[in-house]
Amino acid sequence: MSSRASPSAEARDIVALEGVTKRFPGIVANDAIDLSIRPGEVHVLLGENGAGKSTLIGMLSGLQQPDEGRILVDGRPVPITSPRHALALGIGTVFQHMMLVPTLTVAENLALGGPWWQRPRTGELEAHVAEITRSLGISVKLQARVAELSLGEQQQVEILRALLRNSRLLILDESTSMLTPKGIDELGALMRRLVEKGLAIVFITHKLKEAVAFGDRISVLKLGRKVGEIPPERFRSLGEEEIIAEIVALMFGRQNDESDTKERPVGATRTGIAPSLQVTDLTVAATDNEPGLSSISFDIRPGEILGIAGIDGNGQKQLAEALAGQRVAAGGSIRLEGTDVAALSVGERRRRGLRYLTDDRLGEGTVGTFPVSINFFLKQVGQAPLWRGGLERRGEIDKRAADLVREYDVRTPSLRTPIARLSGGNIQKVLLARELAEGAKVVIFNKPTYGLDLANTLASRQRIRDTAARGLAVLLISTDLEELLSMCDRIAVIADGALVGTVDNVDDARTKVGRLMIGLAA
Amino acid sequence: MSIDGASTASATALDATSAAANRRDVLHRLLMTLGPIVVALVIAGCILLAVGVDPLAYYGYVLERGLLSMLGIQQTLTRMAPLLFLAAGLIVAFRAGMWNLGGDGQFLLGAVTSAASAPVLVEIMPVWLAWICAFVIATVVAAAWSLVPALLRAYHGVNEIVTTLMMTFLGTSLANVLVKLIFRDPGTTVPQTRTLPVEERLPRLFDTTVTSGLLLGIAAIVIVHLVMTRTAFGLKLRIVGANPRAAVHAGLSVPGLTIAVFAISAGLVGLAGAVDVVGVQGNVRADWNPAYGLAVIPAVFLARMNGFAAIGFVFLLSVLSIGGESAARRMGVPNHFTLVLIAIVLIVLAIAEYVDHRYNQSRKA
Amino acid sequence: MNGLFSEVFLSALLFGAVTAAVPLLLAGLGEQMSEKAGVLNIGIEGMMLAGAYLGFVGAFYSESLWLGFLTGAAGGAAVAALMALLCVRLGLNQIVIGIALTLGLEGLTALLHHFQFSRSYPRLPAADPTVIPLLADIPVIGPAFFRHHLLVYLAVLLVVVMSYLYRRTQLGLNLQAAGDKPAALDVAGIDVIRTRTIAVLTTGALAGLGGAYLANVGAGLFIPFITNGAGFLGIVLAMLARGRPVWVLFGALLFGACLSLTTAMQVAGINIPTDVIQMLPFLAVMIMLVLFGRQASLPAALGIPYERGAR
Repeated sequence: MSSRASPSAEARDIVALEGVTKRFPGIVANDAIDLSIRPGEVHVLLGENGAGKSTLIGMLSGLQQPDEGRILVDGRPVPITSPRHALALGIGTVFQHMMLVPTLTVAENLALGGPWWQRPRTGELEAHVAEITRSLGISVKLQARVAELSLGEQQQVEILRALLRNSRLLILDESTSMLTPKGIDELGALMRRLVEKGLAIVFITHKLKEAVAFGDRISVLKLGRKVGEIPPERFRSLGEEEIIAEIVALMFGRQNDESDTKERPVGATRTGIAPSLQVTDLTVAATDNEPGLSSISFDIRPGEILGIAGIDGNGQKQLAEALAGQRVAAGGSIRLEGTDVAALSVGERRRRGLRYLTDDRLGEGTVGTFPVSINFFLKQVGQAPLWRGGLERRGEIDKRAADLVREYDVRTPSLRTPIARLSGGNIQKVLLARELAEGAKVVIFNKPTYGLDLANTLASRQRIRDTAARGLAVLLISTDLEELLSMCDRIAVIADGALVGTVDNVDDARTKVGRLMIGLAA
Repeated sequence: MSIDGASTASATALDATSAAANRRDVLHRLLMTLGPIVVALVIAGCILLAVGVDPLAYYGYVLERGLLSMLGIQQTLTRMAPLLFLAAGLIVAFRAGMWNLGGDGQFLLGAVTSAASAPVLVEIMPVWLAWICAFVIATVVAAAWSLVPALLRAYHGVNEIVTTLMMTFLGTSLANVLVKLIFRDPGTTVPQTRTLPVEERLPRLFDTTVTSGLLLGIAAIVIVHLVMTRTAFGLKLRIVGANPRAAVHAGLSVPGLTIAVFAISAGLVGLAGAVDVVGVQGNVRADWNPAYGLAVIPAVFLARMNGFAAIGFVFLLSVLSIGGESAARRMGVPNHFTLVLIAIVLIVLAIAEYVDHRYNQSRKA
Repeated sequence: MNGLFSEVFLSALLFGAVTAAVPLLLAGLGEQMSEKAGVLNIGIEGMMLAGAYLGFVGAFYSESLWLGFLTGAAGGAAVAALMALLCVRLGLNQIVIGIALTLGLEGLTALLHHFQFSRSYPRLPAADPTVIPLLADIPVIGPAFFRHHLLVYLAVLLVVVMSYLYRRTQLGLNLQAAGDKPAALDVAGIDVIRTRTIAVLTTGALAGLGGAYLANVGAGLFIPFITNGAGFLGIVLAMLARGRPVWVLFGALLFGACLSLTTAMQVAGINIPTDVIQMLPFLAVMIMLVLFGRQASLPAALGIPYERGAR
C-alpha cells in the first residue's frame, strides 16, 4: 500500500508524507498516512466527510502541525510551520471555504501578502494575471469586489492566486461542491492543462465519478486511515466500471450499498388524499449576495417524500427557511393541511406540525455550550409539561431527555455534556428527535446526511423513510443525487431560485434530473 | 469570558455527574477564583511598595475599616445596596449577550427622577407608597432611556456598545440639566434637588446604620439569578446570548427579547439609583456621579455572571471601596488604588482561565 | 450678547474647538485602526491616561514638550502592548480586558500623581504655537486655526496619511483583511497576530499622544481622570466613521466645538448649564443613527480572536 518503494521514485516526489498522524480531542483525524505527490499528476484524495481529508490539507498548507510522522519536500524532511512557509515551498491551496476577503477587490486579494510598506503593484499584477489567464483560457474581473462574484468565479481567483505565487503543488479541497456540472467539467479541463505544464495537483473530493474522471492516481481515505491507492499504471489499465468497483470496495468494504438501495414502492402516492403541504407561488426577494425564490409551487401528500435536487446555493436554504418562517416571503401561500400558515411565526408553524431540520447543526440548530438535555427542547422552551408556569421542571426535562437519548441512540457521556462536544452524527440524532417529536405533520430535511459518516448517514435515511411511512409528508433537500434517488417518490429540481421541473422517481429519473440540473428540459 | 471551563467528567453513565466530581468542580472553581485574587494582591502590593507604602499595613487598614470595625462594616453593607441592583441589571444584559455599558447614565437618571419625586410624594401619600412610586418612576425612566439603543440593536443591528456609551454621556449631562434647571431646590444656593428628610428614607436595619435597601438588593439579585437559571424566560435570554441564530431558528422573537433585556437591565440600574437616593443620599447634587457602572462590571465578570457569586464580589468591592476611602483619609493612599487592584484581579483571572483552559485541552488531546 | 459675536471671542472659540478636538482625533484615528484590524479596543481611555501622565512627566522633567509627547506615545503603546499580548496573542475577551485596562490606568495614574505632584501641582509653561505665515493674519480664521502647536498640524496631516495607508498600501489591505476575514490573510502568508499587534500598538501610541497633548498643551498639567471620557468618545467616533479617517476629523471637530462652546459660555457668564451644550453632539449623533441607522458596517471579525486552524 505504501509508496515508499525505490529511492528513484522517492526522488520524483515534490511532497511526500511518511506516517503522518494528527489527533484532535477525542479523535484521530489522520492515522499514519503515507502519500507521494508527483509533478504532472492529479492525485485524488477520495473519502467521505470525516475521513480526514481536510486535516491532511491543513498540515500540507501549514495551518496545522502533525503529531507524528514527517513531511518531505523535494526529498528533505521539512516542518511546514505556517501558511507563509507553505507558499514559500511552492504549495498553494484552494480551500473548501473560500479564503478571499469579501470587502476587497479581486486585484487587492491577489496582491494580499506583499511587503507591508509597498503600494500594491497593480500594473505588474495585471500583466502577470493576463499572461496566466490567457494560457489557461479563463477570465477574471480584476476590479470587481469579491462579494459580487459567483462561487465559481471566486474559485478561479483562488486558483489564479496560487499560480501567481509560482506554486508547484496545487491543492484543491472539495472544489466541485459549489460548482454547476458545466463548471465541474471546466475545472477538470483546467486541471489537465495545469498538470501538462508540470504542476502537481492534489484534488480532494468525496465524489467517485469526479475522482475517476479527473485523477491520475487515487488514494482512498477512510476514518483517518489510508485504505488504498490506485497508481497511474493500474489506473490506465482498468476500465471506469472496474475502478469504481474497486474504490467502492475500499471505501465501504463491500461491493455495493445493499441496505441503501431503493426500496420505496414507486407510485405509491395516494393521489386521492388531500396534500399535507401545499405551496403556491412562494416568492422571496433576492439579497445582495443570496438568490431569492421565484414562484415556487408544489404539494406533498401524507406519506410522500418530495426531493429537492440542485447545486448548492440555488435557493435551497431560502426555500427551507421561508417554509419554516425564518425568512420573510414576498408573496405566495403555504397551506398546512388546508390552512394558510404564511403569516404565522416560526413557533406557531412548528406547533401546527411544520418542522424544519436545519443543515447548519452547530450554527443555528443547537446552542453548543448548553447541555444535551436542553438542546432537545430548544424549540419548546416554556411549554408544558417540561415547563409549568414559566418554571423549568428539571426532573421532567432530564427524564424526557433520557428517553430520547435511548430512543434515538444518542452517544453522549451524560445529559449535561455541552452538545458541541458530541460528534456530528450524534448532534444530528438530537435534532431528529427534536423535529420528529409529537405533533409533526410535515418535516423539511435540509441536507440531513451532510458531513455524517456512513453508519449515521444510513441511520438518518432510515429515520426519514420511517417518518414518511408513519404518514408524514417529507420535503428532502439534498445536493446528493444518489440520496434523493434512493429515497424520494418525486424529485423537483431547483435552479436559480425556481423549480425547473419535477419528475417521478422511476427508472429514468436519474437522466431526467441530471438534464434538468444542467439546464436542459427533462 | 467563558462561563464555564471544561468540567464535565467523562463518565459513561447517563445519569448526572457523581457527587465526587461535583465536589472537585466546586473546589476547582474556588481555587480558580481565590488564586488570582491572592496573586493580584501581591502584584498590587508591589505597586504600593514602589510608592513607599507598606502593603501589609495598608491591606490591614482597609480590612479593618471596611470589614472588621463596626462602623466600617455597616458602611460597607450600605454601599452594597445600589451595587447589587447594578450587578443584577448587568447580569441580565451580559447573559443575553448584550453589552450594556450605559450604566452610569441609567443610574443617574433613576437617581434624579426618584430624588425629584420622593419628597413630593411623601407629602401626599403614605411613605411606603411614596417609596414604591419613586422606585417605579426611576425604573420606568431608566428603562425608557434604554429604548433607543434597544430599538437600534433590535431592528437595525446597530452595535449596542457605541450607542449605550453615547447614551451614558447624554444621560449624565441630562441628569445634571434636570438637577440644575427643573428639579432644583429653591431653598438652597447649591444646585441640588429637594432633600428627602432622614426619617422618610428607607428604614435602617435594627439598631445599625445599614440601609434596608441591602435586603432589597439581595432579593433583586437572587430573583434575577433564579429567573435566568430556572425559568423559560431566562433560558430564552440565555439562548439569545449564546447563539442568536439558534434563537431565530427556535422561533424566539429576538427583537422582542432584545428590547426586554435592555428594559429590565436598565430598569434595575435605574432602581439602583433610586435605592441609593431614597435609602441613603436623600437628594442628588449637581455633578454627582459615583461612576459605579464601570466598577461593578468587573465584579459581574469575576462572578461569571452568577448571581450568588456576584453578591460575594459586590461585598468585596464594597469592603475595598469603603476601606479604601478611609485609608485615603488616614494613610494618604488615594482610594483610586482600589481601581488598580480590581483591574489586576480581572486581568490575572482572565489569564488564569486561559491557562486552565489550555491545560485541560492539552490533557485531553 | 455682544460679547458672543466679537471677533476675538469667535476666534478664541474656534481655537478652543481645535484644541479640544485634537485628543479626540488622535484617539479616534487610533481606535479606527484597531477596529479595522478586528480588535475592539475598549482600553483606549486607559492608554490615553497613561499617555497623559507619562507625557506630562516626560515634559516636566526633560523640559521639552517633544520629549513629553514621545514618552506619552510610548506610555500608550506600553499599555497597548499588554492588551495585544492578552487579547491578540492569547485571545482573551477584548471587552473584559479593555475595561480592566481603563480602570487600572485610571487608578494607577491617579495614584502616581498623588504621590508625585499632589503637593506642588506643577504646571508646564504655555506651549509655543507654530504660526503659519500669511494665513495666521486672516481675521478670525487666522488666530483660530493657524496659531496652534505644531502637533496639531501633524495630527491633521495624519488624517491624510491614514487615508493613504488604508487605500493605497499593502498594510492597508492587510489591516482590512485582518478585520474582515483573518483566515484569508493567514493563508496569503501574512501573520494575522502580527498585523493585529501592529494595529493595537499604533492605537496605543496615538491614544498616548492624544493624552499627552491633552495634558501638556491643552491643560499644561496632569490631573487624575484628565481624559474624562475622551477615549470612549474616540471609540464612538471610530465606529461612526466606518473606516474613513476624514470622518473622524469631522466628528472630532464637532465634539471639540461643543466642548469649546461650553468653556466659552462659562467664561461669558451665560446662564445655560454647560451640560446642555455637552449633550448636543451626542444628541446629533443619536438622531442621525435613529434616522439613518442601517446596519452599521463593522468589520466581520471585530472582537473575535483569531486562532489558526480552529475547528
